[in-house]
Amino acid sequence: MRIGIVCPYSWDVPGGVQFHIRDLAEYFLRLGHDVSVLAPADDDTPLPPYVVSAGRAVPVPYNGSVARLNFGFLSAARVRRWLHEGAFDVVHIHEPTSPSLGLLTCWAASGPIVATFHTSNPRSRAMIAAYAILQAALEKISARIAVSEYARRTLVEHLGGDAVVIPNGVDVDFFASAEPKAEWQGDTIGFIGRIDEPRKGLPVLMKALPTILAARPRTRLLVAGRGDEEAAVEDLPKELRARVEFLGMISDEDKARLLRSVDLYVAPNTGGESFGIILVEAMSAGAPVLASDLDAFVQVLDQGAAGEVFANEDADALADAAVRLLADPARRTELRDRGSAHVRRFDWSTVGADILSVYETVTAGAAAVAADERTTGLRARFGLARD
Amino acid sequence: MTATLIWILVAVVAIGVYLSWTAGRLDRLHVRMDAARAALDAQLLRRASVAQELATSGVLDPAASIVLYEAAHAARQAEEEQREVAESELSQALRAVFEDPAQVEAVREAPGGEEAAHELAEAVRRVPMARRFHNDAVGAARRLREHRKVRWFRLAGHAPFPLAFEMDDEPPAALVERAA
Repeated sequence: MRIGIVCPYSWDVPGGVQFHIRDLAEYFLRLGHDVSVLAPADDDTPLPPYVVSAGRAVPVPYNGSVARLNFGFLSAARVRRWLHEGAFDVVHIHEPTSPSLGLLTCWAASGPIVATFHTSNPRSRAMIAAYAILQAALEKISARIAVSEYARRTLVEHLGGDAVVIPNGVDVDFFASAEPKAEWQGDTIGFIGRIDEPRKGLPVLMKALPTILAARPRTRLLVAGRGDEEAAVEDLPKELRARVEFLGMISDEDKARLLRSVDLYVAPNTGGESFGIILVEAMSAGAPVLASDLDAFVQVLDQGAAGEVFANEDADALADAAVRLLADPARRTELRDRGSAHVRRFDWSTVGADILSVYETVTAGAAAVAADERTTGLRARFGLARD
Repeated sequence: MTATLIWILVAVVAIGVYLSWTAGRLDRLHVRMDAARAALDAQLLRRASVAQELATSGVLDPAASIVLYEAAHAARQAEEEQREVAESELSQALRAVFEDPAQVEAVREAPGGEEAAHELAEAVRRVPMARRFHNDAVGAARRLREHRKVRWFRLAGHAPFPLAFEMDDEPPAALVERAA
C-alpha cells in the first residue's frame, strides 16, 4: 500500500507527535509498504530517506504558546506536489485542526484521508471563528482516529461526528528488555519531562519531596529532561537538594534503562495531556507508576488498576502515596505485573495493525488520493484549470 | 446607474460562485458517504461469510453451529429494511457463541482454526470501525443538507436523504481480547 503521512510539527524538534509518526512510518516500512512522510524541516537537517521536507516552519504565536507552523502559498504548492508525486492509496494527517501542513493537505487532497487527533484542547476562540472554513476541510476526512476516549469526547463535542479510538504505540519490548543501571537503583523515584514546563508537574513533586524524604531519608529523585536545574530546586531546603539528581537530556536507551531501574515512576502532570505515552513506557519497563488523576492518565492506567493515581496538584496526596508505595514492595510488584500485562495493547504490533485496518477500511471501494482540482480557485470552477 | 448594475452583477456572480462551491462540497460528501457505505457492506458481508464458514466447519458443537449458521444466513439474505436487525442478531449470536474464552481456544486448536479465529476477530473489529466512519460521513452530509442555502436552492438534487446505519456491533470480548 502507498501511504502518505503528514506531520504538522517541525521534524527537527523532538515531540510526541513526531516520534509517533516516525515509529508508525518505520513499522509500515518493515511490513513492506511504501511510506512517505511530509514534514516541516530546516533545509540543513539530516532527514531519514522516507521524509520529504515541506520547508522551514515559521514560529507564530498560536493557542497560548509559540508554535512552529507551515502555511502560505509556497507550503500549499509543496503539499500539492507531494500529493501528485506520491500517488498515495491513503493519506494520514496528524493534528488536522492546527493551522499547518495537516489542514493544507486536507484542503488540497481528495480521496481516502485518515486523520489522527492527538490533543484534546478546550475549544479555542480561533477555532470557533474559523469553524466554517475548518468544517469544509475536515469533512473530507473519511476516517478519524482519536488517541484516547478523552480525546474522542472533546472531538465529538467540538467538531461533531465520530472517531475510533486507537492509542499511541510503544515498542514495549525495547523498554522491557533494557538493562537496569546499578547507580540508578535503590530507593529511587524517577521523573522524565521538561523541567521548566509547569504543566509537566515537577513543582508539585518538589513540594512533596520534603515529606517523602522525612519518611524515607535514603530516597533519591532522578530527573531527566531539559530546563533550568537551579530554578527547579530553589524552593527546596538546602540540605535536601543533594537528594535530587539531574540527568539532563537522555537518549532513548538511557530513558529505558532509567525506567527499568527506578522503584517508582511519578507523573505529576497538571494538565494538557491527552494520552500519556510516558506512562505506557514506564509500565513497559516494569516501573510502578504513580500519576496525577488526569482523565487521560486514569484511562491509560486502566482506571487505576495498572498504576496508582493521586488528586491532581495535591502535593500532600502525592507524598502520602509515594511513601506508602516505597514502603510496600509487594504492592509495587503487583503494579509491575499488572502494568506489564496491560501495556501489551499499546505495543506497535497491535496499534499498527489497527491503523492498517483503518486504512484498509477506507480504501475499500474508494479511488486513490489525488490533488483536489475543485479547490484551485475560480479558474477551476469555470473549467479553466490546467490538467 | 451603470455602477449599480455592475454591483448587482458582481453580487450575483459572488453568490453563484458560493453556491457552486457548496454544491461541490455536498457532492464530495455524497461520494465519501457512498464509499463508506460500500466499505461497511463489504465488512458486514465478510463477517457473515466467516461466521457461516465457522458454523459449517464442524469445529463448533452442533447447537452453536445452528445458532451461528441461522444468524449468518439471515444477515446475508436480509432485505434492506431488515438489515440492521439481522446484523444486530448476528452480533448477538457471535457474542453468545464466543462468550467463553475456552470456546475461542477450542477453535484456535482445531486444524486451520487459528486462521479462522484470526479472520473472525479481524471482521468483528472492522465492522464497528466501518460503521463509525459511515455514520460520521452521514452526519456531516446531513448537517450541510439541513442548511437553508442547500434547501432553498435545492443543491442536493434528487439524492436521497442520508440515513445512519444503526446496529448492535459489540464484538465478543473473548475474541478481540489480545492483551493476554
